Amino acid sequence: MISNLAWIFFSTLLINNFTLAMFLGLCPFFGVTSKVDTGWRLGAANTFVLVITSISAWALNTYVLTSAPYLRTIAFIVVIASMVQIVEMIIKKTLPTLFRELGIYLPLITTNCAILGLALFQTTRKYNLVEGIFFAFGAGLGLTLALSLMASIRERMDVADVPVVAKRMGLVMVIASCLSMAFMGFAGMGSG
Amino acid sequence: MTGHEHAHGAPSAPTPDAGSSALRLTVTLALFGALAGAVLAYTYQKTLPPIRKFAGERVEIAVKEVLGAPAKLDTLYLVGGKLSKAPPAGVDPLEAVKVFIGSNAQGEQTGAAVEEAAPGFSSDVHLMVGFNPSTSALTGFKVLAQTETPGLGDKIVKDSSFAKQFPGKLANPLKGDKNPTTDPSTVQTITGATITSKAVIKVINKAVETWKPRLDAYAKGGGQ
Amino acid sequence: MTTDTVVAADAAEPIVPGAPPPGPLWLDFWRGIAQDNPVMIQMLGLCPSMAVSNSLANGIGMSAAVIFVLVMSSVLVSSLRKVIPNEVRLASYILIIATFVTISDLVMQAYFPLLSNTLGPFVPLIVVNCIILGRAEAFAGKVKPLRAAVDALGMGVGFTVALCSIAAFREVVGNGTLLGYHLFGLNYEPWVFMIMPPGGFLTMGLGFLFMGWWGERKKAKLAEVTA
Repeated sequence: MISNLAWIFFSTLLINNFTLAMFLGLCPFFGVTSKVDTGWRLGAANTFVLVITSISAWALNTYVLTSAPYLRTIAFIVVIASMVQIVEMIIKKTLPTLFRELGIYLPLITTNCAILGLALFQTTRKYNLVEGIFFAFGAGLGLTLALSLMASIRERMDVADVPVVAKRMGLVMVIASCLSMAFMGFAGMGSG
Repeated sequence: MTGHEHAHGAPSAPTPDAGSSALRLTVTLALFGALAGAVLAYTYQKTLPPIRKFAGERVEIAVKEVLGAPAKLDTLYLVGGKLSKAPPAGVDPLEAVKVFIGSNAQGEQTGAAVEEAAPGFSSDVHLMVGFNPSTSALTGFKVLAQTETPGLGDKIVKDSSFAKQFPGKLANPLKGDKNPTTDPSTVQTITGATITSKAVIKVINKAVETWKPRLDAYAKGGGQ
Repeated sequence: MTTDTVVAADAAEPIVPGAPPPGPLWLDFWRGIAQDNPVMIQMLGLCPSMAVSNSLANGIGMSAAVIFVLVMSSVLVSSLRKVIPNEVRLASYILIIATFVTISDLVMQAYFPLLSNTLGPFVPLIVVNCIILGRAEAFAGKVKPLRAAVDALGMGVGFTVALCSIAAFREVVGNGTLLGYHLFGLNYEPWVFMIMPPGGFLTMGLGFLFMGWWGERKKAKLAEVTA
């Protein structure tokens, strides 16, 4: 059981990294990664929302949606939107500096494919409550890792001599490709 | 996503009632929600039969393939640790844990087929495994789901010479070897896809180890 | 942001702030493909663009679903724009979009099960595809249903063009096939990297690099003309 949980956590964090291998959570990945600090803080906020979403999704799947599985998408998105609102209010009250820094990006977590994606993957793979939480942690930390890596590379690139055609998106995509390639090296970690 | 100012003389711009009450907002949303629910419930009812039919067919095709098109096919469900002919109460038969028994025209059991999965190189490898419960000899396997490395790991699906080794091999337990072998309990792994090949072997061993005792107990109990 | 030029024939259609000015309908359609292409210019909807673009068949399937959801929700949002109270605007939009997404997911599962299996959870993920919500908020909620429908169709086609180009490129280079047909014979060893995640990023990167080069060329030509 423990090895199963460890496998879920590490495979989601490294092998099937949400951003670099599963293409989820790309909006913040390309949008908010000009500074390392903002990057990992958004990652932390995302992780928090992911864990709560995982628990809510499990609760919904087990108790509410068994008789009406077609309401799953709507139910999930409603829960996610509400969670993000609540998290936003909490951050505003407890960490006002962080709130000001994250600004517009906090409500954008709602449309972050990673959150809904987590709830959906968790449903397909039929994870129970504990497996789901480990899955969410792995996903959130994987997101944070990808965001921080991208942000630190971009900070260095700011002072490098980049050809004009590659400015912004072209370069970021190629960097993402290299990062994704690097993470492919983690495959096969859990076996052999 | 902020509200926009209404320009002067823009007659078609939407103007909410002065001070939309919380009640009106709740009622509108509730109405929308109810409508959405009704539409979806209807769509679900209409699409459920084809969806279930396809899910059932997919499993049946896989079972027939791994058991070599048996004359007769039976299903046994796992209820409370033992096998029985009826599915557990309250569980959808499509979702229940079960084993498929194939018999030939004379009524003799030719093989059992079960679904099993284990982690592979970069994904979980799901197989339908067919084996003879009394001898642990394999009748075949079919890959149900995997996302291994394209061009390497996915050769377990694309390379037919890999799969052809398995019928007749003994899963007591099955082993893998890089070199060609004639040992009845060993198969040759795919070059460059050792881990994925070993995952297939792992799944097969897991399936046989889990289900052979259950099937033996069922046979001894004379069946219900 | 919007200019006040009004085409004489459409003088009856009032100017709505925040929405593109009224003009011929084909312009609304073309805008979604060229000037405001959702993927290449607005950079929305990147998640599905890269995740399902490893084969052309997947790309076409996803595009069909997106066009359906986009057009249907834009028309509904536009028809109900005077009924939806401003405070619950976004919630209603999301509800409408989620309903159409669920419908297309169920229909796909029932009648195109193999495609549904491959696309997996990315079909329900259409609901958070920024293109649809963005269009509903920026355009459909402010104009008449016909214009909203045409604009949605344009955006959908623009998305299709972008997604299918990426998908076709990745499938041909990474798998040696197009829609399942082997183009280079069965013994061809394709550049498998291209159908894996890094290949997706790289293909998008090539696309954006091309856009950058195109933009620079236009700027240089403009500078030549005005110099």
